[in-house]
Amino acid sequence: MKELYTWAAIAVIVAASTTGDVFLSHAMKKVGDVGELWKRHGLLHVVGRILGTPTFPLGLVAMAVAFYSLLFALSWGDLSLVVPASASLTFVANAFAARIFLHERVGKRRLLAALLVAGGVALMAV
Amino acid sequence: MTFRKYLVLAGVAAFSSAGDSLLARGMKDLGNVSLHNLSSLILAILDPWVASGILLLLAFFASYMSALSWADLTYVLPASSLGYVLVALVARFGFHETITPARWLGIALITAGVGFVAAGPSLTARKHAPVAASDVISPEAQP
Repeated sequence: MKELYTWAAIAVIVAASTTGDVFLSHAMKKVGDVGELWKRHGLLHVVGRILGTPTFPLGLVAMAVAFYSLLFALSWGDLSLVVPASASLTFVANAFAARIFLHERVGKRRLLAALLVAGGVALMAV
Repeated sequence: MTFRKYLVLAGVAAFSSAGDSLLARGMKDLGNVSLHNLSSLILAILDPWVASGILLLLAFFASYMSALSWADLTYVLPASSLGYVLVALVARFGFHETITPARWLGIALITAGVGFVAAGPSLTARKHAPVAASDVISPEAQP
């Protein structure tokens, strides 16, 4: 039962994190280079611009779901399993989501990396 | 890639792993959370370890947002992979958790995979980007 809870929580973390990452990445691309904006217009302008981007709050909600699922998973499973497993599976899911929704060029290099990461996750579950 | 940008990526890895480790420490104090007492997850933020973890995760979030403003999502996530190694070291030496050879190999594969991506371009050209290219692509970030 303990393992089932841990892996169920990891699945929720992956789904919510991927959704959040896609929304937040979309929002931040719309905002532009934060460092440059800060230099030119100041911190308040940067914060206002981020908060004014519609996909930002959606990303935050998804990340909050992922965060509480992480707390839940950490109370049941080992830190060295929960954190790398959820983060790595999120990375693989993100490779596909970024290609589909953000139109990033996920070429051979990034796909090979996704396979290496997936292999690593499988080994960690042994 | 400038020094500032590498520093931001290092921040993503360091704050993330340190925050997760403090959260784990706090959640061990609280014991197992079941579906019958989910409210204890809300109260968990009052625990000093969990609260410190949340502060570090806020720092992670700030550096993560900054990195996403000038690099691909599929670049930022793997580039911060050093965090996995840090978490494993903290789990092993901080919490005395047992890490089997298979898990060590898994961590090595994950790190190799994400390191592979980090060697490539940070921002890829988009034919049908949902965001105007002038907003995001700076000359130094071009592949």
